[in-house]
Amino acid sequence: MVKPLSILETEELTYTYSTGTPFEKTAVDHVNLKIEKNCMVGVIGHTGSGKSTLMQHFNGLLRPTSGRVLLDGEDIWADKKKLRDVRFRVGLVFQYPEYQLFEETVWKDIAFGPKNMGLSDAEIRTRVLETAEMIGLEEELLERSPFALSGGQKRRAAIAGVMAMRPEILILDEPCAGLDPKGRNHLLRQICDYQKKTKSTVMLVSHSMEDAAAYTEKLLVMNQAKLFCYDDTPAVFRRTEELCSMGLRIPQIAGVMHTLRQKGYDLPEDIYTVEQARDAVLSLLRKGGGAAC
Amino acid sequence: MLKDITLGQYFPIDSVLHRMDPRFKIIETMLFIVLLFMGSSFWILALGAVFVLLARQLSNIPMKMIWKSVKPILHILAVTAVLNLLFIDDGDVLFQWKLLKVTEGGITTSLFMMIRIVLLIIGSSLLTYTTSPILLTDAIESLLSPLKRVKFPVHEMAMMMSIALRFIPTLLEETDKIMSAQKARGATLDNGKLTERAKALIPILIPLFVSAFRRAEELATAMECRCYRGGEGRTRLRTLKAAPRDYIGFAVCLLFLAAAAVLNILL
Repeated sequence: MVKPLSILETEELTYTYSTGTPFEKTAVDHVNLKIEKNCMVGVIGHTGSGKSTLMQHFNGLLRPTSGRVLLDGEDIWADKKKLRDVRFRVGLVFQYPEYQLFEETVWKDIAFGPKNMGLSDAEIRTRVLETAEMIGLEEELLERSPFALSGGQKRRAAIAGVMAMRPEILILDEPCAGLDPKGRNHLLRQICDYQKKTKSTVMLVSHSMEDAAAYTEKLLVMNQAKLFCYDDTPAVFRRTEELCSMGLRIPQIAGVMHTLRQKGYDLPEDIYTVEQARDAVLSLLRKGGGAAC
Repeated sequence: MLKDITLGQYFPIDSVLHRMDPRFKIIETMLFIVLLFMGSSFWILALGAVFVLLARQLSNIPMKMIWKSVKPILHILAVTAVLNLLFIDDGDVLFQWKLLKVTEGGITTSLFMMIRIVLLIIGSSLLTYTTSPILLTDAIESLLSPLKRVKFPVHEMAMMMSIALRFIPTLLEETDKIMSAQKARGATLDNGKLTERAKALIPILIPLFVSAFRRAEELATAMECRCYRGGEGRTRLRTLKAAPRDYIGFAVCLLFLAAAAVLNILL
C-alpha cells in the first residue's frame, strides 16, 4: 500500500501557558503527529485536554514553546512573513464563529478572507457563490445583514467565511455546538461533502462520539495535554476501556452491539453507527440467527 | 496576550491596611492629599513622606510594587520639572542662555513639585493596592449614600461601576478570541499605515460591541429573573463594619493633618 502523503506534521510540539508564573500550565505536551492529505479527521478529548490549544498551533495563532509545526515539510515559524499565507492554507473556524461576523452583508463577510488573500473580484465572486451553495445559504440571504439571520444561518455564514479561502486544511472547533439535532446532521453532511469536493483535509473537533463515528475516517485523541493516539476511527473505538478511563466513551450504538455480542449474538465487531447496526441486525435476523438464547 | 494586562492593581495579601474599612481608607487618602497641598514648605512634604512610609509598613506591599506605580508617571514628572525649572523666575539667576534662565526659586519649586507628585501617586496607589475594586465600589456607595436625600441614584451608580469592573476581564477575553478569529481570516492588525490600522479595527470592534450589547441584555434579564429592583431594602453579603483599628488610623491621620496645620502657622 502506498503511504498517503502527509500535509501537516508536528515534532515534539509543546505549549505552556503563563510560563514563569504560579499559573504555569502545559496545555500541549510533546505531540508528534502526521496528518494526511484529503482526509476527514475527528479530534476528540475531554474538556481541557488541549484540543483547542493544539488546533491554534496548526495555523500559527499560537507559537510553540518548543517543538515545530510543519506544513508541507516547512516550519511555519521559519519565516514570519509567510505566517499570513499559512493562515490562508490552514483555515480555522473557532467555536461559536457567528460572534465574529461584522460586515454589512453576508456576502461581504464571506468575502473578507478571500479579499485579504488578494484575489480578483471575479474569483472572489465565484468563491462566495460556490461556498454559499455548498454550506446551504440561499443566494437571497447573501445580500442581508449577517445580524438579521437565524442562529443556524449565522453559523453557516461564519463557516463559509473560512471555507471561501479554500484552505488545504480546514479545522472546525465544535461546529455544531448549540444546534438542534437536525441542524447538526445537516451541517456535518455539508462539511463532509465539502471535504470530498475540495479533496482537502478537514479536522473536526467534537464532543459527540456518534458524530465522530459517522463522519470521520481518522481520529485524534487528546488526553491531559498528551496525544493519546491518532488512528483509523474503528481502531480507536476498539480501545473502549482506555477511552472510558479518560472520560470519553464509545458511540452508544457500539455499546449496545458490544452487550449483544457478550450475550452470544453473532454480530460483527466494528459497528459504530446506527446504519451499520441496522444492517447487521437485519442480516442476522434473516439468517435466522440469534438462536443463542 | 491581552489577558496578561492586570486590571485594577489590587495586590492580594493580608495586612493591617488590607483589613481596614475601605470607607476609612478612602477618606484618609483624601485627607492625605489635602495635607500635601496645605503649604509650600518642605516640612509638610516630609510629614507626608513619613505618613506614606508608615502606611507602606502597615500594608506589606513590596517596594517593587511601589516603584511600579511611580514608573508610568516618570515622563510627566520630567516635563513638570523642566517647565518649572525654566519658567519660574524667582531668586538668584544661576544659569542663563538667551531667553532661558534657571533660578534658585525654579530649582526649589521643581523639586517640591516632583516630590509632591510622587507622594501623591504612592499614597493613592496604596489605596488601590490594598483594596479590591469591589470593596472600593461598596465603599463609594456607602460614602455617597447621603446624596440619596437629593435623589442622586447612588446605588445605581455603584451597581454600574461594579458591573463594569466585573466585565472588563470577560470583554478582554472576548477581544482576544475575536482577534484570533479575524487573524485566522488573514486580517492584519499590527502593520500598515495609520488609516489601514484604524480600518483593521473594524472587524474587531463591531463583533465586540455586538457581544457587549448582547451580554448587557442577558445580564439585565438574569437580574430581573432574580427580582432585582434596585437598592431599596437590599441586604449585602459583605457589610462594611468599622473596627477599632479604623478609628485609630483615622485619629493618626487627623494628627498628621493637625501637625501640618501647626507647621504651616509656625513657618
